[in-house]
Amino acid sequence: MNAALSAKNLCAGYHGSEALKDVSFSVTPGDYIGICGPNGSGKSTLVKVILGLLPPTTGEVSLFGTPQSQFKQWQRIGYLPQGLQFFNPHFPATVDEVVRLGRLAGKRFPKRFSREDALAVERTMEWMGISHIRGSMIGELSGGLRQRVLLARALVNDPELVVLDEPTTALDPETRENFYKIIYEMNREKKVTVLLVTHDSATIGKYASHLLYLDKQVIFYGNFDDFCNSTEMTGFFGEHGQHLVCHRH
Amino acid sequence: MNITEMLSYGFMQRALIGGSLIAILCSVLGIFLVLRRLSLIGDGLAHVTFGSVALAMFFRLQSVYLTLAIIPIVLACAMGILKLAQKAKIYGDAAIGIVSALGIATGVMLASIAGGFNVDLFSYLFGNILSITSSELIIAAVLFVIVITGVCIFYNDLFASTFDEELAKSSGIDTDRINAVLVLLTALTVVLAMKVVGIMLISALLILPAVSALQIAKGFKTAIVCAACIGVCTVVVGISLSFSMNLPTGATIVIINFLTFLCAFAARNVLRRS
Repeated sequence: MNAALSAKNLCAGYHGSEALKDVSFSVTPGDYIGICGPNGSGKSTLVKVILGLLPPTTGEVSLFGTPQSQFKQWQRIGYLPQGLQFFNPHFPATVDEVVRLGRLAGKRFPKRFSREDALAVERTMEWMGISHIRGSMIGELSGGLRQRVLLARALVNDPELVVLDEPTTALDPETRENFYKIIYEMNREKKVTVLLVTHDSATIGKYASHLLYLDKQVIFYGNFDDFCNSTEMTGFFGEHGQHLVCHRH
Repeated sequence: MNITEMLSYGFMQRALIGGSLIAILCSVLGIFLVLRRLSLIGDGLAHVTFGSVALAMFFRLQSVYLTLAIIPIVLACAMGILKLAQKAKIYGDAAIGIVSALGIATGVMLASIAGGFNVDLFSYLFGNILSITSSELIIAAVLFVIVITGVCIFYNDLFASTFDEELAKSSGIDTDRINAVLVLLTALTVVLAMKVVGIMLISALLILPAVSALQIAKGFKTAIVCAACIGVCTVVVGISLSFSMNLPTGATIVIINFLTFLCAFAARNVLRRS
């Protein structure tokens, strides 16, 4: 079986400074990977490279066995950023218009929406519990609801790989917990491969099957049991630090 | 003067039809430009148009030939702004500033060298839709069809890139290509809009109907339809008023647009309170 995602000797950076150094790993379909690391450790850069938003300086990424430069089936991947890049609270888009945008992925010219797209939008909005606000303007929603709408946009194609870049940073603890649960259930029930970037290394062990700890390079990649039993990691994090990540409530 | 009498003049019929077509283009593209914070690209391209008009006049081109001659120049400059912003690592507004200043400088330089067409050239600064000829109207109609077809074909990609460029890219949309499409369609529209409100006021026709619509619209498609309606109404009212009261057409259209914006702004506040 092809890996859902693999990175080989990946280096990337901005304006001459290196944010990722020789990063290699491979993700088996159905895995739930928590990507952790300190600020500036290259987590978001890695996500950008995976999604083709930033070209790597060297190395390569493959998505479902296809080199990323030739990959066209973007409907197989759902992406949820931390927030919108330059979000304008007065942007005149309704919730269903935003969710429908997700269906553009993988469509060919001329990109038109069909009845099938309408049904997928409907189904996803119901699943996310946002059908009742379909006509609301995206800028008028609370931060939590807005992230839920963007999650719906990311999931509207029933993707096989979901990439989430610190999706819960701006959310309150209760909403955050709900968010994690939705993603966890999706991983368990639909066998969707999940890549979740988070600062929250203490909670991620509760949901993720694997940990990718980055600090410009891969410090650790494997399942949580291996992490917890690794003396090398005890040396790196100290016993307390390792226990915090291992603390799988 | 009553409406029937006003409409009986051939030049008024042409002005109203041409003005409406151009207003629709400006308003529709205006929504994308305003939301992408590219509002001033209209101004920059208008200044380039000034230089191009001077160049065309330098070679003694007039009317339709002049319009046809400046289209490729303005399209090339539009791409120049994009490339400058991408390759020279400068922000878009600085790129617009550079190209726009270059446009004006070229215009003034050519006018000075030729010495003879200053009056004609400066008439382009404030436009005169009432003098639109039948052949110019045909060009406007052809360009209208081209631009509207372009917007319809790329509508979903344009919407996605306007909403969030990074998200659009992650869906496999070539946002650089979509940006180029938007800027080229805007360049074509600016060349046409020069006739309606003149080079100095083009950005008003791109920005004002769009921002008025954004005050009241509830959805993206609604915003576009709303902007187009506001654009057409303000241009029609502006042309009619300027004709009956002997006022400058371009300026009248802009002032009516601004009043419409004030009304939309007030309506939004009233709706929000209720």
